[in-house]
Amino acid sequence: MSERARLSGWTIILLTLALLPLYLHSARWIDFLEMTLFVAVLGQGWNILGGYGGQYSFGNALLFGTGAYIQALLQFKFGISPWIAMWFAIAGVVAVGAMVGFLSFRYGLRGSYFALITLAFAEAFLVLSRSLKSITEGGSGVQLALNQDPAQAIATFQFNFAGPFLKEYGFYYTIFTILLVTYAITWWMERSRFGAQLVAVRENEDAALALGINTFKVKLGAICLSSAITASCGVYYVQKFLFIEPGIAFGPSKSVEALFAPIIGGLGTVVGPLLGSVFIHGVGEATKMTIGQALGGRPGVDLILFGTILILVLAFLPRGLVGLVEAVWKRLSGGRDA
Amino acid sequence: MELLGFSLPSYGWSTIFGSTISGVFLGSIYALVAVGLTLIYGVLHIINFAHGALLMLAMYAVYFLWNILGIDPYLAMLIVVPGGFAFGYGLQRFIIGKASHGKDEITLLVTLGVAIVIENMALFFFSATERSVRVPYDLDGIDLGVTYAVYPELAALVGSFLITLALWAFMTRTDTGKAIRAVSKERQGAQLVGINVDHIFAVTFGIGVACVAAAASLLVPTYAVHPQIGSLFVLIAFTVVVLGGMGSFVGALVGGFLIGVTEQLGRLYLGESLGVITISVIFIFVLLFRPTGLFGVKAG
Repeated sequence: MSERARLSGWTIILLTLALLPLYLHSARWIDFLEMTLFVAVLGQGWNILGGYGGQYSFGNALLFGTGAYIQALLQFKFGISPWIAMWFAIAGVVAVGAMVGFLSFRYGLRGSYFALITLAFAEAFLVLSRSLKSITEGGSGVQLALNQDPAQAIATFQFNFAGPFLKEYGFYYTIFTILLVTYAITWWMERSRFGAQLVAVRENEDAALALGINTFKVKLGAICLSSAITASCGVYYVQKFLFIEPGIAFGPSKSVEALFAPIIGGLGTVVGPLLGSVFIHGVGEATKMTIGQALGGRPGVDLILFGTILILVLAFLPRGLVGLVEAVWKRLSGGRDA
Repeated sequence: MELLGFSLPSYGWSTIFGSTISGVFLGSIYALVAVGLTLIYGVLHIINFAHGALLMLAMYAVYFLWNILGIDPYLAMLIVVPGGFAFGYGLQRFIIGKASHGKDEITLLVTLGVAIVIENMALFFFSATERSVRVPYDLDGIDLGVTYAVYPELAALVGSFLITLALWAFMTRTDTGKAIRAVSKERQGAQLVGINVDHIFAVTFGIGVACVAAAASLLVPTYAVHPQIGSLFVLIAFTVVVLGGMGSFVGALVGGFLIGVTEQLGRLYLGESLGVITISVIFIFVLLFRPTGLFGVKAG
């Protein structure tokens, strides 16, 4: 696809995302869109290191959970403003990510071994968050006080009792802004020298090293960027739900959600995680609306579908939905611009 | 004892010894689950993320054989082990092998997809309810002085040795075993001398799942079955496999016992909830400082 086609594609996507909720005007659909964008950001966090860098993390919940806990605990224990807490959350997660990255890459862990160590760190933090009651409040989690004063809505970063517009759309435009910023960073990264070096590491790490690329530094940079993006998801989650507990924070479900979207959408592409997230949540919602009644609301259907889609995409669409869209585009435009 | 400001409780020798013994029993169960995982790693060079889900599925099979047909969990082994082999063979040959295009990192993701599908199918069809099998002899056992060992624990201990021994004999004495070892050492070379690598991969995966099915029979009398039971064991099994050395049977056995004892002592000293941190800590340290484990050879 030409750069022009890409730009017009992005304009259409972003305008749709910016205006759709105003048109839909329904709490249920806005919730659905919020969740879709949330997973699109979570997926981009994974995509930076996994998609561009070829380092598959199976423990991104470590980054999400640490961010969420810092955001929640700074407010809960010290009454720090959420707008200040979020910078500590991002910095804290980058520090944790850098530590994991430093240890893993310093000792040359690749492939299965890197996947396992990320999983191990997430599990260790799960156990710690459950056991260290004096710091984390233990298994019952942290519940933030609900602000009921409309005048304080922005100061407390809580929109439940805000004015009509903020109450309805506040969190949607929060996650939309986070999406804009993180995707712009990814777009910039893809075109930068650093991005090219990261892709070189993915394609052939030894060759990249031989060409004089400091692969350790490049991978460390990628895990830091990945951490910052994933941290923003943790911050968003806490402000929206005002609650965090060990299972949600560090359990395997966030790690899995983070990798579904980019793999299904298209690894190592800016739009991939968004496309993947829209697709899986769209399919999930469509299933609920069509045969949900027949299934009697039993749990598990979503994930059976997502897992099946994952396997099918891996089997038949090695470049994900992005690859499919590009192939269709090529055919429609008569193969003129590839 | 004082350690970094935390005071550790002090116990008598009999308490410590009792914890160690129960750690050995727990470890034999970990070893059982890990043996199949290490075999699959040794040959296919991938971590099978579906291992826990397959264990859970086999436990449901054992449960339903007991619940519907009244078959004793230990006798059920005669059905679930061949069944597990067939299921594993088909899964690798027709789904995992086909979907992963021979790339290790894709295989990893496919097994994760399989795990998610199986776990949620169990949740969908069987619900999250815990189901347990009560055999008439589950509380009988032998008094060891410091602790009391029930027959299901003893069966798991003996079973883990027998299964490891049987696998070792199979790998060294049979032609298929030799073919598996040939493929694990030199994939392309094995293909050149006429070994059907796809078939051997599927046989290996099948044997791995058969081991998990045997483990399921031995677990059901002591552990309740629910859709999440696999994930409880799988992370520990990963730790055992990495500690013992990926691909090593003896490693899986020794690693299983070491992790079991460490976990029980960890629980004794650090408390029920923080005690399991010892497993993650061992896992991280082995991965970083000795990724070949205790008995593994350097990965090629």
